[in-house]
Amino acid sequence: MSTVKSTQMDLLRFATAGSVDDGKSTLIGRLLLDSKSIFADQLEAVESTSKSKGYDYTDLALLTDGLRSEREQGITIDVAYRYFATPNRKFIIADTPGHVQYTRNMVTGASTADLGLVLVDARQGLTEQSRRHAVILSLLRVPHLVLAVNKMDLVDFSQEVYDKIHAEFTAFATKLNIPDLAVIPISALAGDNVVNRSENMPWYSGSTLMHHLENVHVASDRDLIDARFPVQYVIRPKSDEFHDYRGYAGMVAGGVLKPGDEVVVLPSGMTSKISRIDLFDKEIMEAFPPMSVTVHLEDDVDVSRGDMIARVKNAPQPSQDIDAMICWMSTTPLKPRQKLAIKHTTRTARVLVKDIQYRLDINTLHRDQDANELGVNEIGRVQLRTTVPLLCDPYSQNRTTGSFILIDEATGVTVGAGMINN
Amino acid sequence: MTDTHSDYRLSQLDQLEAESIHIFREVAAEFEKPVLMFSGGKDSIVMLRLAEKAFYPAKIPFPVLQVDTGLDFPEVLATRDNWVNRLGVNLVVASIDDAIANGVVVDDGKTSRNRLQIGTLLNAIEENGFTAAFGGGRRDEEKARAKERVYSHRDEFGQWDPKNQRPELWSLYNGRLHAGEHMRIFPISNWTELDIWDYIGREGIEIPSIYFSHQRRVFERDGMLMSETPLNPTRPGEVIEERTVRFRTCGDITLTGCVESTASTIDEIIDEISVATLTERGATRGDDRFSEAAMEDRKKEGYF
Repeated sequence: MSTVKSTQMDLLRFATAGSVDDGKSTLIGRLLLDSKSIFADQLEAVESTSKSKGYDYTDLALLTDGLRSEREQGITIDVAYRYFATPNRKFIIADTPGHVQYTRNMVTGASTADLGLVLVDARQGLTEQSRRHAVILSLLRVPHLVLAVNKMDLVDFSQEVYDKIHAEFTAFATKLNIPDLAVIPISALAGDNVVNRSENMPWYSGSTLMHHLENVHVASDRDLIDARFPVQYVIRPKSDEFHDYRGYAGMVAGGVLKPGDEVVVLPSGMTSKISRIDLFDKEIMEAFPPMSVTVHLEDDVDVSRGDMIARVKNAPQPSQDIDAMICWMSTTPLKPRQKLAIKHTTRTARVLVKDIQYRLDINTLHRDQDANELGVNEIGRVQLRTTVPLLCDPYSQNRTTGSFILIDEATGVTVGAGMINN
Repeated sequence: MTDTHSDYRLSQLDQLEAESIHIFREVAAEFEKPVLMFSGGKDSIVMLRLAEKAFYPAKIPFPVLQVDTGLDFPEVLATRDNWVNRLGVNLVVASIDDAIANGVVVDDGKTSRNRLQIGTLLNAIEENGFTAAFGGGRRDEEKARAKERVYSHRDEFGQWDPKNQRPELWSLYNGRLHAGEHMRIFPISNWTELDIWDYIGREGIEIPSIYFSHQRRVFERDGMLMSETPLNPTRPGEVIEERTVRFRTCGDITLTGCVESTASTIDEIIDEISVATLTERGATRGDDRFSEAAMEDRKKEGYF
């Protein structure tokens, strides 16, 4: 039994992409099964369903089909989250379907991922879909990418096949922002190189998939340089015991905050010093992402939700003109002069769509400059004008202060995801 | 003052805690009238603890809502009262018996109290004008929950539409509502059963005594060990005997089974569930066993 408790484990969030045909559900089923995260009653349910469907094998894919309509139709509808742990690390999988609404779902899954796992079928090689997945992961700045070349058993575990896919993908990836890439030959159905090293591929000397997931270094993916603290909530107990308590609660979005730091409150520009940082009933010496803490300032400056605390000499520039890549998620297209609500960190405002600069073809990376709208599941570069200044960083620098969502004011639905450009 | 994190690492449990606290504060800032749905079980107690931390040293800025099924374990109600008193939060009790008496729900003698909870709960949300209701659901619990958002939108009828959920990106939650709608909020979505126990152990959190090993007079029904209680008469052939048991979940006393166990400390419970072969719901919850899609159906109607 493991001796490391979840109180000491670290965390890896990863997004999987691929269609049912690539064996994605089978792979996830395999990871859950081999890490002993499947319980007997779950396995029994899957076994009995497999039998009733007339399969002569246990369809591990059934483990991950959540909703009745999905089971009936044999498709995956939405992003599903799965959990498993090995002795040193807990994993949260954002399992995104490869076909229907793939862009919307992949963008959602990738937005919180440290790592993206793209599956290809060794027999098919790279497809339009696998390129698309890599482009989305790159746009969302997912720092680590794994290309799992699946179904190696069906190509006689051929090194030649693997090398060809590896070379092709590496060439394609040079056009993208992929800081860390691993290409792993596997068979999800038989388990080769998933958890256990395959004896069928002695020519492969790299990590197994599980070993890679367990060891990929994610701690330095955060921005620990540029201090960013979006104020979420002001805590004022107004009790006898804490009469003068006034704390600014929020989640650290970047950098390291320490008592004594000279800070600026944006957008007002007032300066002060951090007098104290609380984590529940304890004072702490440092706060860093993604801690939820309460910051106190020495001076009685006016601070409220939506403001940002940063360092005096390193602060985001308040701006009402936003240049961003937008993934559109509504069936009603995005058009110039449209008005929407925007949520950026803890700040909510309204925006006017000024211009659509281009639509990005995520299959070819071609930029269509003539585009005058973005349809559902399309991605493009857009200029926005906001009613109040936003305190932004480029998404490439900080995924929290560089991202926003767009909301349709009439329906209340989230219709777009935005990543701010430099 | 606590130690300096020289390597700036946060354990996964600390990351989960930070995420949950972020969610509590976000809801308190953006919703007019939130409420925390409290069942007395370990998950809702962990939620209360997280809410306490999110607003400390201020009091939790919203009330706690409990649906009184009339079939709750007395130990669970005692723990609830301890928590509510210590934190000084308002407790709103929505009673199924009152709901039946007032015609809010209909007791046809066939429908379980678990089902009647739905109408009672929705009525309490509507009557009190709650716009956001925190629930202790975890995505690892069940397949339908694996697909549910942290902010889960409910229409005017309290229904969940799983095929038409709002995309949820980064940690940017969209709390927009129309009149009459409300949001279910699941701040511990990403916690697993083991995380909950590790956290209870680490924080020294008070939970109902029935989670720990004790002697209880039980009988076997549908492969589960049920408590002897006048609320749940035995049927022919069911034999009462005393066993050493504990509960893995806290629900309706007539539907919640216990397991044989000698685990009397948090560490022993963690050891036990680490090697358990059945999910906590599959093992001990009659309400989830009726069909493979039982949870999905109840969720669509407005269950927690």
